[in-house]
Amino acid sequence: MSADPIYTEMIIEYSRNPSNFGKIDEPHIHRHDSNPLCGDSIDLYINIDENKVSNVKFDGKGCAICMACTSVLTEMIQGKTLDEVKNFQKDELLGELGLEHLIKTSPVRIKCALLSLKALKHGIYTFFVEKMNDTESAGNLKEEASSLY
Amino acid sequence: MQSTSYSLENIRKDFPVLARKVRDEKDLVYLDNAATTQKPIHVIDAISDYYKNHNSNIHRAVHALAEESTEAFEAVRDKIAKFLNIKDRQEIIFVRGTTEAINLVSYSWGRENVKKGDIVVTTEYEHHSNIVPWQLLAQEVGAEIKYIDIDENGELILEQLDDHLATGKVKLVAVSHVSNVLGTITDVNRIITKCKDAGAKILIDGAQAVPHMKVDIDSLDCDFYAFSGHKMLGPTGVGILWAKKEHLEKMQPFHGGGDMIREVHKYETTWNDLPYKFEAGTPNIADVIGFAAAIDYLSNIGMDNVRAHEIELTAYALEKMKNVKGLTIYGPKDPQKASGVISFNFNDVHPHDVATIIDKNGVAIRSGHHCAQVLMEKLNVAATNRASFYIYTTKEEVDVLINSLEDVARVFKL
Repeated sequence: MSADPIYTEMIIEYSRNPSNFGKIDEPHIHRHDSNPLCGDSIDLYINIDENKVSNVKFDGKGCAICMACTSVLTEMIQGKTLDEVKNFQKDELLGELGLEHLIKTSPVRIKCALLSLKALKHGIYTFFVEKMNDTESAGNLKEEASSLY
Repeated sequence: MQSTSYSLENIRKDFPVLARKVRDEKDLVYLDNAATTQKPIHVIDAISDYYKNHNSNIHRAVHALAEESTEAFEAVRDKIAKFLNIKDRQEIIFVRGTTEAINLVSYSWGRENVKKGDIVVTTEYEHHSNIVPWQLLAQEVGAEIKYIDIDENGELILEQLDDHLATGKVKLVAVSHVSNVLGTITDVNRIITKCKDAGAKILIDGAQAVPHMKVDIDSLDCDFYAFSGHKMLGPTGVGILWAKKEHLEKMQPFHGGGDMIREVHKYETTWNDLPYKFEAGTPNIADVIGFAAAIDYLSNIGMDNVRAHEIELTAYALEKMKNVKGLTIYGPKDPQKASGVISFNFNDVHPHDVATIIDKNGVAIRSGHHCAQVLMEKLNVAATNRASFYIYTTKEEVDVLINSLEDVARVFKL
């Protein structure tokens, strides 16, 4: 079998040993999301201190793609400012795992890859609106999340 | 194959899609028949012939095409009556599918007959279509939903039904004839007897039964029976609700509109006779006519042969799967107790990853929760893989499935 375009060493490794797997008690941001089609189901927990992501964890069940992408997402946003997280794009996430091709090749599996990003955007939106009372900063994050796939 | 009328090779030639290649010239190994089956050329031709030569709306106009179309459409009702031993054709309602059939009962019968404090019983292995309509009803009228659990073999613990019935509050028991995930064949006769003794009505979701075994509605003697055409070689968008006339006569219509009325005045309307009272609007004429070709096709093979073929394949697959390390199989291990459905997990690999990897070999299985999240919760898994067989499935295809699991093991370094 030729090198698999999806199931790379890195994806398998992350799926076996996900990063930042766990839970934060009483986090500033908690967002649950799931893929009704396949059963991926994750909870994303984030703490914000001094406008930066000070801690991020996730737990749940999912396929290798979902686990790997969520792991990488948590690694990438750790320590980032809220503005940076707000502007975080799917290409950065997919690029990190070499999964950009999924956008074109697998409309089904792209949902597994972007579930965590969708949860993140929704979570940040809710944080701005409900905790900071700042709808201006929340901007169109909600729409952005919904339009991911 | 056991009977001369059942030549697997000839059957496969009748299904154009089975000849195609997928994923870099791999033979298609279609094992997702519990989701929908492929269609024989007879069905495709029947639909095409209808549009080419007869297309017209039915039941109203007097011109030649309308007469032909009406006749062809209504003849399907008679064909279904014969196929399932239904004595009264007026008890056969055409709907879009099993889901719509169950929603029709929930809406039209449920709202009249299920009141606050009443109980609707369903089971842990139901498809969402036999859970959610009852939840909607229960929320609206203040009724309760109770479940019959499954045991470690994936079979219903029927003693629990006794307990529910003993409350005297059960108005309806809604149960699938065959589980879409586990393949378990429900002992519907026993359930029906229990329900009758307790005065509860019974609805059977036959979506996974009618395609795979002989079903005799008259001798079953339940109250409602629902199934879909597309899981038995027919086109999508055709479903059947059978219900006892005594219920249909008392029930309010589900949808209002054309064809279901006798007289419409500014402020009141009288209903058409059965079955038309429940068939508002232009029905799916072409696909209903296509469905007739599917029934003919299955009748020619014989439902006993269909069943025998599935038992043989399932026994073969289960035997082979025994030797695969890390394979967990859910549901009955006795092929006599199940239809041609095998749900499994492979080590700790998520079913979506399994399905994606074996799809490269042309193998089409279903992975996910199979619209049965209550069952997934019970099995304590997020999802399963499901291979489901039909009349055209071969042992060689089962081999391809099992051999493909080696690729999964390699990718995941198991």
